[in-house]
Amino acid sequence: MVARKVPQSILKKLRGIILLISSLLFCRASLLSAQESPYIVTYDHYLEEPGSLEVEYFSTFGTQRGGNDFDAFWTEFEYGVTAWWTTEVYLAGQTTFNDSMIFTGSRFENRFRLLQREHFVNPVLYIEFENTNAADKILKEVEGHDVESDYAPPNGVLRREHDHELEMKLLLSSTFKGWNVAVNPIVTKNLLPSEPWEFGYAIGASRPLALKASPNRCNFCRENFIAGVEMYGGLGDTQSAGLHDTSHYLAPVVAWNLPSDWTMRLSTGFGLNDNSHRLLLRWGLSREFSGLGEMVARLFGGRP
Amino acid sequence: MKLIFARRRAQRGLRNVGVVVLVVGVGVGLSLAQTGDAPARKNKKAEYATLAEAPEKARERENPFAGDPQAVAAGGKLFEQHCAECHGAKAGGTRHGVSLLREEVQQAKPGTLFWILTNGVVRRGMPVWSKLPEPERWQIVTFLQSLNPRSVNSISENSEPAKPSLH
Repeated sequence: MVARKVPQSILKKLRGIILLISSLLFCRASLLSAQESPYIVTYDHYLEEPGSLEVEYFSTFGTQRGGNDFDAFWTEFEYGVTAWWTTEVYLAGQTTFNDSMIFTGSRFENRFRLLQREHFVNPVLYIEFENTNAADKILKEVEGHDVESDYAPPNGVLRREHDHELEMKLLLSSTFKGWNVAVNPIVTKNLLPSEPWEFGYAIGASRPLALKASPNRCNFCRENFIAGVEMYGGLGDTQSAGLHDTSHYLAPVVAWNLPSDWTMRLSTGFGLNDNSHRLLLRWGLSREFSGLGEMVARLFGGRP
Repeated sequence: MKLIFARRRAQRGLRNVGVVVLVVGVGVGLSLAQTGDAPARKNKKAEYATLAEAPEKARERENPFAGDPQAVAAGGKLFEQHCAECHGAKAGGTRHGVSLLREEVQQAKPGTLFWILTNGVVRRGMPVWSKLPEPERWQIVTFLQSLNPRSVNSISENSEPAKPSLH
């Protein structure tokens, strides 16, 4: 197996190193309390605050028929460049039980707010370049004819196929009476000319458990919890449009925004047809902190 | 065989393009981050002129928590969590956000402040805050209007004011 050529002890340290770097970064910067949405796949129209960096760690446990269950994980570094532009880098890996742990690639994402002010529906343009291999199982989006059986082969086979994809989404989001509703149509193109354009969607709705803040700092106040549901799936491609051979998921989600600046997310996704994984159990931990832009500017002689 | 080599070359090329795009993007982003908002801070009048852009209908909205001490406390907590980073712990302003103690803000109608919070001033670096539920935005407005700074017009943007009550 090709995957076994890489020392497993090194690969197993990958998560630890990422978490260590994250911890060091946390120590360097001032904190900023976040009010994060509970979505894991769907995006709303809110961008990162300018100059703030959010470091996020996510994990997806998935059941696999015809193969071994897996735990895919990724770290996101999300930076608010301006109030209308957020840029983000992902590093992803996965462990397939009874198989191996491997690094599966990286993604570079940008989101641009298209309108200056709030409207009933707010559009944000999302553009992402993916440099991954076929062993990538984070299921951050489902598109085209992605089905459960695509993930069944061993890592040694899957990792041989490299994908360079351009992914675009139009993030449409509306917030009214405390409810947020977000709809994300997705278009993906593998950069090989022979590959078709693929389509997908993600839809989410969420609401804080309380709309009014309590006067005191508290961990378990209802306003710290945001609950919702998201649904995502593929819509075929240009060579074979339609819902046949596509997978779809429905996932209740919840986020807990702690006053200590941590956000925890939990999502239990259920496959809605026979092409879908039966269960996708996701969780995430993130922390937002400010001052990175200034810190880097000072390093390069910018104004303090 | 030739096809495989051509495909590998194409993949290597794409990978290089990806790296270049990443590096350029991060570089441009960080340089924008450090220069984008700085010139705006020099023009104070322009900063506060946004207040006048609030539509009449928005300005006339009443604050449902006006005079509510609980709302002042809750608004102070929210201010500390979401606003103090840019506007200063005591709302006196920093390089990234204007002073909220100046008369332009203190004399603005609650509806105007609520409108600014909801829409942000995106071109000047203030994000939209509609992700906070409407009652929480009103709580912040209540808190801001509870501040009673002394000699607000003599306060420089980079200095902290004389102890307004935060809670």
